[in-house]
Amino acid sequence: MIQTQLAIIGGGPAGLCAAISAAESGSKVLLIERNDTLGGQLVKQTHMFFGSEKQYASTRGIDIAKILLDKLEEHKDNITIMKDTTVLGIYEDGVITAMRDEDKYMKIKPEALIVATGASEKFLAFPNNDLPGIYGAGAVQTLMNVHGVKPGNKVLMVGAGNIGLIVSYQLMQAGVKVEAIIDAAPKIGGYLVHASKIRRMGVPIYTSYTVKEAIGSDALEKAIIWKLDEAWKPIAGSEISFDVDVMCVSVGLTPLNELLVMSGCEMQYIPELSGIVPMRNENYQTTVPHIFTAGDSCGVEEASSAMVEGYLAGLCASDHIGNRHPMYEEKKADFINQLEGLRSGPEAAHIRSGVEKSLRR
Amino acid sequence: MRIKEHPILNFNRGKEIHFRFSGKTMIGYEGETVAAALHANGVKVLGESIEKHRPRGFYCAIGNCSSCLMEVDGVPNVKTCVTKLKEGMSVEIQKGKGELK
Repeated sequence: MIQTQLAIIGGGPAGLCAAISAAESGSKVLLIERNDTLGGQLVKQTHMFFGSEKQYASTRGIDIAKILLDKLEEHKDNITIMKDTTVLGIYEDGVITAMRDEDKYMKIKPEALIVATGASEKFLAFPNNDLPGIYGAGAVQTLMNVHGVKPGNKVLMVGAGNIGLIVSYQLMQAGVKVEAIIDAAPKIGGYLVHASKIRRMGVPIYTSYTVKEAIGSDALEKAIIWKLDEAWKPIAGSEISFDVDVMCVSVGLTPLNELLVMSGCEMQYIPELSGIVPMRNENYQTTVPHIFTAGDSCGVEEASSAMVEGYLAGLCASDHIGNRHPMYEEKKADFINQLEGLRSGPEAAHIRSGVEKSLRR
Repeated sequence: MRIKEHPILNFNRGKEIHFRFSGKTMIGYEGETVAAALHANGVKVLGESIEKHRPRGFYCAIGNCSSCLMEVDGVPNVKTCVTKLKEGMSVEIQKGKGELK
């Protein structure tokens, strides 16, 4: 049995910041990551971030990952990193079980735990949606930006939110043709600055359109879209056909909540946070007192807010086990203030509403 | 299918790795995943569905969705989107659910 003060599950932006913050508070940290690299999805994000200076605005995601890893290195005496390790279970007695390298099993007993498992891509229902060539937008980003492999020659992007717009731009940077972007909503969901860039490059954006069907024998050859009326019902005769070998599905993410569910903490379906999320207090402590959470696993937002939530959870989980940072109150107030800032615009109205619903005071 | 020039990224590929897929020898690079190497070699169909035998490719590429499961060196249900390529690996399309040995 491995004993540690604080275990953190997930080495993405939230988990990394939680580890840094907890180490700064004097906690001994065990950071568990299922992949062989840290940084989560930051490692494929070539675009510059929004937010403010404290969340590394105007810095590319790939460079933010490097900054965080350097900070982690500064605290290496207090942080043990366990990669290639998948957490399998969280038990009532506080023990967690994990598997390393596919064949070594272990038990870990932390005094406190932060679950920062992130999110997974949602899917869309339409005939032949299982054809190879139909990929999540994030998957295409990984293939292109991490492995340097093109997904195909011609792409239909489904979803005009920020991820759909950004990945479309990145596809063009990789030399892939984007035939069109479609979105079922009557207006573009992503930021105007991203949409304008795409339109200037000549890519049409069809709003109020959805996928009617995909066509192909072994892999995608053609995608047919059709228009939706004001009641979101498809209009016969409005079909448009695209000869594409790739369709990117960018219809949002949903929290990876399996571990939180099995930990026994109270969960609730909150559509504004994109799924079933843990109830938590302002310290990001769940209803199981030694379990904290941060990042997309407690509500899908941006990487910027995931980082701040990580810092806050690391600070508060450390305090919970008796490692109070000398500037605890100041730091906590600053993190809460940063989160309010990130959630302040009109685009974040749904996040504010969701966060309010997930709060247990 | 490999990106040669990119305005932001430099792809410093590792050393060449030879692996086998369905009887063919293919080339990938150290550090990349089995699914990425197959895709770079033009292979999009990674498996088939269990009941209706429909072709399957990857979907999430980060180890969440299980759409990329293949038989690697005789071991079934390997998530090829997060499994690193190794010299001499043998990769096959899996039929059925796979068995515990």
